[in-house]
Amino acid sequence: MAADQAVERSGDSVRAASGGVAPAESITLEVYRYDPSTGEESFQSYDVEFEDDWVVLDALNHIKDTIDGTLSYRWSCRMGVCGSCGMMVSGYPKLTCSAFLRDYLPGPIRVEPLLNFEVERDLIIDFDGFLEKLESVKPWIIRDQDKPIEDGEYLQTPAQLASYKNYTMCINCMLCYAACPVFGHNPDFLGPAALALAHRYNLDSRDEGREQRLKVILSNDGIWDCTFVGECSIVCPKGVDPAGAIQQSKVTGAMEYYKSFLAPWKSRK
Amino acid sequence: MIRQVESLQHDIVIVGGGGAGLRAAIAAAEANPSLDIAVVSKVYPMRSHTVAAEGGMAGVIKENDSFERHIYDTISGSDWLADQDAVELFVKEAPDELIQLEHWGCPWSREPDGSVAVRPFGGMQVQRTWFAADKTGFHVLHALFQTSMKLTSVKRYDEWFALDLLVDAGRCQGVAAVEQRSGDVKAILGKAVIICSGGGGRVFPFTTNAAIKTGDGMAIAYRAGVALKDMEFVQYHPTGLPGTGILITEATRGEGGIMVNRHGRRYLQDYDLGAALDISDPKHPQNRTMELGPRDRLSQAFVMEAQAGNVFEGRHGTYVHLDIRHLGEKIIDSKLPFVRELAQNYAGIDPVKEPIPVRPVVHYMMGGIDTDIAAATDLPGLYAAGECACVSINGANRLGSNSLTELLVFGYHAGRNAAVFAGDSGFSDIGSLEAQAARSETRVRDLLSNSSGGTERIATIRDAMTKTMEEGAGIYRDAKALRATCDNLLELRERFSNVNLDDSSLAFNTELTLALELDFMLDVAQTVAFSALARKESRGSHQRTDHPERDDGQYLKHSLAFRADGEPRIEYKDVTITKWPPAERIYGS
Repeated sequence: MAADQAVERSGDSVRAASGGVAPAESITLEVYRYDPSTGEESFQSYDVEFEDDWVVLDALNHIKDTIDGTLSYRWSCRMGVCGSCGMMVSGYPKLTCSAFLRDYLPGPIRVEPLLNFEVERDLIIDFDGFLEKLESVKPWIIRDQDKPIEDGEYLQTPAQLASYKNYTMCINCMLCYAACPVFGHNPDFLGPAALALAHRYNLDSRDEGREQRLKVILSNDGIWDCTFVGECSIVCPKGVDPAGAIQQSKVTGAMEYYKSFLAPWKSRK
Repeated sequence: MIRQVESLQHDIVIVGGGGAGLRAAIAAAEANPSLDIAVVSKVYPMRSHTVAAEGGMAGVIKENDSFERHIYDTISGSDWLADQDAVELFVKEAPDELIQLEHWGCPWSREPDGSVAVRPFGGMQVQRTWFAADKTGFHVLHALFQTSMKLTSVKRYDEWFALDLLVDAGRCQGVAAVEQRSGDVKAILGKAVIICSGGGGRVFPFTTNAAIKTGDGMAIAYRAGVALKDMEFVQYHPTGLPGTGILITEATRGEGGIMVNRHGRRYLQDYDLGAALDISDPKHPQNRTMELGPRDRLSQAFVMEAQAGNVFEGRHGTYVHLDIRHLGEKIIDSKLPFVRELAQNYAGIDPVKEPIPVRPVVHYMMGGIDTDIAAATDLPGLYAAGECACVSINGANRLGSNSLTELLVFGYHAGRNAAVFAGDSGFSDIGSLEAQAARSETRVRDLLSNSSGGTERIATIRDAMTKTMEEGAGIYRDAKALRATCDNLLELRERFSNVNLDDSSLAFNTELTLALELDFMLDVAQTVAFSALARKESRGSHQRTDHPERDDGQYLKHSLAFRADGEPRIEYKDVTITKWPPAERIYGS
């Protein structure tokens, strides 16, 4: 099933029948459950007492350890850099390791898998498609001739570094894909992160592979699909600005396209 | 008929897709492009814990530096427990590996002329730490992962969890692994196997380590009869955030940050780490002095300060201040942006305006799978590199920024040497390997069906394990507390046989993963505690209050923990000393 049905599933929620007034240190999580062996889906409510500095991920771990060992989700570093724990938190794509429970009081908090992806189980999405897209944009330094190691490093000034550094910060957390309406409609769209990383290598002064990447990013499922909604840049937890990367690529891409008619010899490297 | 599970055949199997595993994969593929290489990782490679390394990566490149100096810093930092031939090789090959990574696109921070910039780090007498702001590990991992994508001979098994090594005819020839997506157990066969699965900091309750750092690879090697070396040496990083244990990089101090107790005193000057130069002095910070002393000494100083009542008390225990305000917003944002982000998000303070609360936190295991300088183990066909391995270059205390470099240097050797071994070998008896994997599958199925009928919860046993590790095997240790920890761990091993899972399903059963990880952690914890009990001296990170002196006469040796019935069997072997005879560790200029 596709997670973009998640919003419609809201009505299925099984709310906790607590009735009483919960103390400020307690909050209810309504967590999406999906069992791939039966195809059954539901929302399950868990009441969690929490400390002021707990994040949504802490609550999930508390549930898993003490209440319900069957709840499944991904996490690892709990410091916002491994990119594992992205989920929809009350309708918004978030890293659950940096979404504080106190910010959702009085609750409930709705926790769902990232939108626009197939769900494997509970909060775990299938994002193998992203890795194929990433590979397709050739995210590595391409050189006509490799420099021998003994000749030392490539010189790259701080200004040259700054031109692409921001686009290196992508942690592949998939929040931008969950926020992207174009990807929601067309799962083949290369999408914000893969296009931003393609742009990152195109801008790197050490790289000579722009021509090879242009074929992919100018393809049917590449940059022209982007309608510049800009949600990707808003939800990015690392400030990468994929929307900006795509717009810059469009400008370059259009120029390359016209140059190929006007001066075909110049578009060859 | 003997039950078997399906096998998938490759030439080399690499367990772990972090910095060491990916470096090994690239090295093996380049050494012999005809080899078919499998990378088996319980997480997608870019989730590996290499991603969380912050400060940088050591390698001699500047004119004021020399191999000799880096070697001396590393050996003295190790309290002379490092093997000197290994350190020499490591230091001499480090620059080429760092340049290689530069050629692969790592966005190193730069000098105005475009050359790679370096920063000071603890225990180093010269600035030699390459860095990519304060997300070095993140950039290293993604550069390696993205570069590995161009290799067509590497097949990834993402989110496959390795259960056991498969050994036949005296050679390691693969792993049994469970595919988390389906719950299927398969034999992933290789003519050589490389373990690059990281450390096991999660055996302690308060650690910088990610959830995945459960010592899996160490445990599967140990179970196959390979020794775990120097496991008693556990590094506490002096600056973690109270509560979460999130790492605040040593680069804060490399850039000039200071450590201050509740009286406003730079207390490190009271612990044989030199004099405190004023922060406005152009010579501050001084290498191998005060805040740039080694991690073991700084973490030990914290404990002394706490005992003297000189630290702050907070809701998450005691702490001191790491103050970087004097660096100014511009430097902080350009060189330490992640520190600012982490402090704001997880400590609720802006380090531009307030000092950061910090305390020592378990960070790194110096010990690991016993390997030689070729990254080979005593089991033919089995190699290991990275934090899971112990060559040893780190001895009793690792210097900050040596471990990322170690991933590359020894990942490379593991890949090259495994490629040669695999090229010369075939499978001995595939049926026998598949039958072994079937036994691994049975272990998984027994857990899922609760065949023991037990009622123990995973988290209960895990919490008891981490608690007893902190009580007995923390920064300061003695025989009585260690013996109690050892006994507790033996009891917890018994209790684990009664563990009961809520989840009996196959697809993405993450509770099963937690149980398998706990099983491995109990083995790793035992090797730490029993090795610590056996070493009756104080050296580097291993401080025995009942044996406070270093004892070169008896213990200038590596410990080797072998799996045995009940308690591990502890043996010793000599440290390789070449040109740097043991001497006193002196810090503070």
